[in-house]
Amino acid sequence: MSAPHELTAEQCLAALRSGDTTATDLVEAALARVEDDRWGSFLAHDADRARERAREIDAMPERPPLGGVPIAIKDALSTRDLPTTSGSKILEGFRPVYTATCVDRLERAGAIVIGKTNMDEFAMGSSTENSAYQVTRNPWDAERVPGGSSGGSAAAVAAFQAPWALGSDTGGSIRQPAALCGIVGMKPTYGAVSRYGLIAFASSLDQVGPFARTVRDSALLLSHIVGRDEMDSTSLDWAEPIRLPEATDLRGVRVGVVEELMGEGIEPGVRAAVEVAFDRVRDMGATIERVSLPTSGYGIATYYLLAPAECSANLARFDGIRYGAHLDDVAGDLLEHYEQVRGRGFGPEVKRRIMLGTFALASGYYDAYYVRAQKVRTLIRRDFEAAFAKVDYLMSPTSPTTAFPLGERVSDPYSMYLSDVCTIPVSLAGIPAISIPCGLSEGLPVGLQIAGPAFSENGLFDVAYALEQALAFDPSPPGVA
Amino acid sequence: MSAVDLSRWEPVIGLEIHVQLLTRTKMFCGCALSFGDAPNSHTCPVCLAHPGVLPVLNREAVRLAIVTGLALGCEIAPHSQFHRKNYFYPDLSKAYQISQYDEPICVGGHVSVLTPDGEFEVGITRAHLEEDAAKLVHVGGGGRRAGAESSGVDFNRGGTPLLEIVSEPDIRTSAQAGAFLRQLRSTLRRLGVSDCNMDEGSMRADANVSVRPAGSTELGTKTELKNMNSFRFLERGVDAEIARQVAILEAGGAVTQETLHYDPDLNEIHSLRSKEEAHDYRYFPEPDLVPVVPDRSWIEELRAGLPELPVDLRRRWVRDLGISFEDAEVLSEPRELVAYFEDVAGRVDAKAAANWVRGELRAQLRELGQEPWESRVTPAHLAELIGLIDDRTLSVPLAKEVLAEVIASGAAPAAVVEEKGLGQISDEGALVEIVERLLAENPDQAAQLREGKDKLVGFFVGQAMKASGGRADPARVGALVREKSGLS
Repeated sequence: MSAPHELTAEQCLAALRSGDTTATDLVEAALARVEDDRWGSFLAHDADRARERAREIDAMPERPPLGGVPIAIKDALSTRDLPTTSGSKILEGFRPVYTATCVDRLERAGAIVIGKTNMDEFAMGSSTENSAYQVTRNPWDAERVPGGSSGGSAAAVAAFQAPWALGSDTGGSIRQPAALCGIVGMKPTYGAVSRYGLIAFASSLDQVGPFARTVRDSALLLSHIVGRDEMDSTSLDWAEPIRLPEATDLRGVRVGVVEELMGEGIEPGVRAAVEVAFDRVRDMGATIERVSLPTSGYGIATYYLLAPAECSANLARFDGIRYGAHLDDVAGDLLEHYEQVRGRGFGPEVKRRIMLGTFALASGYYDAYYVRAQKVRTLIRRDFEAAFAKVDYLMSPTSPTTAFPLGERVSDPYSMYLSDVCTIPVSLAGIPAISIPCGLSEGLPVGLQIAGPAFSENGLFDVAYALEQALAFDPSPPGVA
Repeated sequence: MSAVDLSRWEPVIGLEIHVQLLTRTKMFCGCALSFGDAPNSHTCPVCLAHPGVLPVLNREAVRLAIVTGLALGCEIAPHSQFHRKNYFYPDLSKAYQISQYDEPICVGGHVSVLTPDGEFEVGITRAHLEEDAAKLVHVGGGGRRAGAESSGVDFNRGGTPLLEIVSEPDIRTSAQAGAFLRQLRSTLRRLGVSDCNMDEGSMRADANVSVRPAGSTELGTKTELKNMNSFRFLERGVDAEIARQVAILEAGGAVTQETLHYDPDLNEIHSLRSKEEAHDYRYFPEPDLVPVVPDRSWIEELRAGLPELPVDLRRRWVRDLGISFEDAEVLSEPRELVAYFEDVAGRVDAKAAANWVRGELRAQLRELGQEPWESRVTPAHLAELIGLIDDRTLSVPLAKEVLAEVIASGAAPAAVVEEKGLGQISDEGALVEIVERLLAENPDQAAQLREGKDKLVGFFVGQAMKASGGRADPARVGALVREKSGLS
């Protein structure tokens, strides 16, 4: 048997059932790697609480379905009594009074929260370098970014600090770091997972989803968090349960390759790796055709109007009055207080987006920016509908490049924004997509994005699983395990 | 204040009324609504806007909005939407208010307003749902924001469901504004939509006021008069603003579009902010809520369940029962009083029923802190009492005494009359005896009476009432006095 930290969640559960391991063993193995956090994946953890929980679960006469499996949680998710900052100074020291619905469901199923993972401040970024606290390093190359914004969760899973993790994806924040860290990342259909307790960045796009080292773990994790939540009006009834994929071939599956995402701007090594994956897809009996999403080129422009517009309102509540960083040294009036708290509490990228969004909503500009962006969003959605009339799934690279060096894009926001060129159109359409590792380019993982129509999660997992078996990618970064 | 020459100027007034809805819980969370409880005792992560929380719409608030819309003759929008209204202020935990904006739930209604002088029509532009802000409590500096040493925020009120009802500018006088608002209040109370207590802030009115030369059809520049918290202040505030605008126009000036505050103590109007200073609220659709799409069948069910509205009730009573508008207005709420009055009026003459319910019954009960429907006087008792007056068993003063006894004991009026021997003396012989004795005992007055000094009849009637312990029938005594004095 592998070392406890190397087990997938499924393997953990099997070992727990057979008595080969205990929740305490698994938690100790995970804690050892969380505490020796060479990658900077974690912002906070509570070892005592995790150990206590493990003891409780080990003492249970009947083990709950996920009983004893450790999990890492992105710091954007509210966890009662466990520090929750969303990567921002403005929430430094904040301990929530409630737990996010998705985390609560996992804890009820027996999963043990092993720690809170680093992220770009308020999920704004593609490298995790916008965290107000620390840098997270890519387990495949410590001088490179893990991607973002859920870079801490991706690095934690890739570095065997946890078998799986929760992240959140607004424009690619699960899929892109999964791709850059060589693991599986899934963004479900908008509304599949309750957003209650997810610190909002852009409400109409935010969605919680799983990170794992296998497609089946990804499906297993999602199966425990999907479904209607009374606390989130936009959450959906989930009629068909998420099941573990078993497909071994792709006969009869029609796959479309997104033309616009295979050309300019895509690194040759990335293109080569996904083309190898396309060959495997064909080998397994699927048909492949080229498909066009003509308006997807406007994805980034559209996204960078709508997401900042929503964030400008979502982040307005952080005023240091009711919780979070409180300033006692402000001499001036109320306006001065707001300016000081927010001026000191937010980082530059967050301020940039708040200003962008405020401008896009301002009287006189609203129609030209916000309303027009909403119309383009509709067109992008229609592009996908038209494509799904012809094919069952769409494939493209997840990220145009492999993991880039730390510091390379921090001073050039636009080049950073381009990291999400492949993932943003899917987010705008609200449809599910999964990123699986499909090979290496110069020693760095390449992610393949597979997108499907709304509610096609089970189908997506099937395709991803069959392909995962065929590609046989080894998710162990050199020298990490 | 100089009187406005209304032959030269026509005021144009529209009202915006906020009412707190009588839901059990807040608009977007499960916290109970309260008034006067300890500060911040009804709060949760949602209404305090903790990171990650989401609003969930209160279905009962939607129901009350629909019921109101139906009662005001509005269309219920098949699809309405919430927006975020963005501004920073400590009383707004999210720094945006969730409010309906360009897609309100109720649109395009109208109401007929009943007054003693007849009816007038007021169009209803819209009614929309929104949440209330929290309450700021200023410490020091006389409780005002300016000069306060510190300010606290009580979030108990934050997130209270509000319905904002906007009228068309169809109102022409402050009295009409008052009549419209009063009728709206009784309508909303009848519907159970709001308790509409202006002093507790559960009903607040703003007035949009402009004036134009009489006969003109163009609208003048309007001002918005904020938050008048009583009917009297509304009427006085509107009058003051009309006078202010007319004075400006008559002096050749122009009215500035601005938001104003009426100070009832000084009867003065102050500017709060001008159009140039108006906030940019950066409205955009609330992405955390799905659109409101009420089932047609639900709407029809609510329509079918509407009660008879106060305006219809009053119109019917004035027309069919012949009671005055003022009686009808007083008796048409609350609904327990309506039922009580209708019960009495179904048994005896309606005008007498209105008189007794509105007058003596309520007057006597008020001292005991009781309402008619919760007292021991049943509608049957009151009708019986009125019947005893009609058949001359009781004089009005005696009837009031009997009523007091019914209130105290709950016994039927006839039984009280019997037991206490309070009935009028119907034995003619006994009355003759009293009259003859009084004439004999007061020879001077009797002599003057015989000489034709008619007003002395009253003197003898009074004496007879005293002598009989109020049980004599005054009319019969008067006739006997005349007869025995040879006047008749």
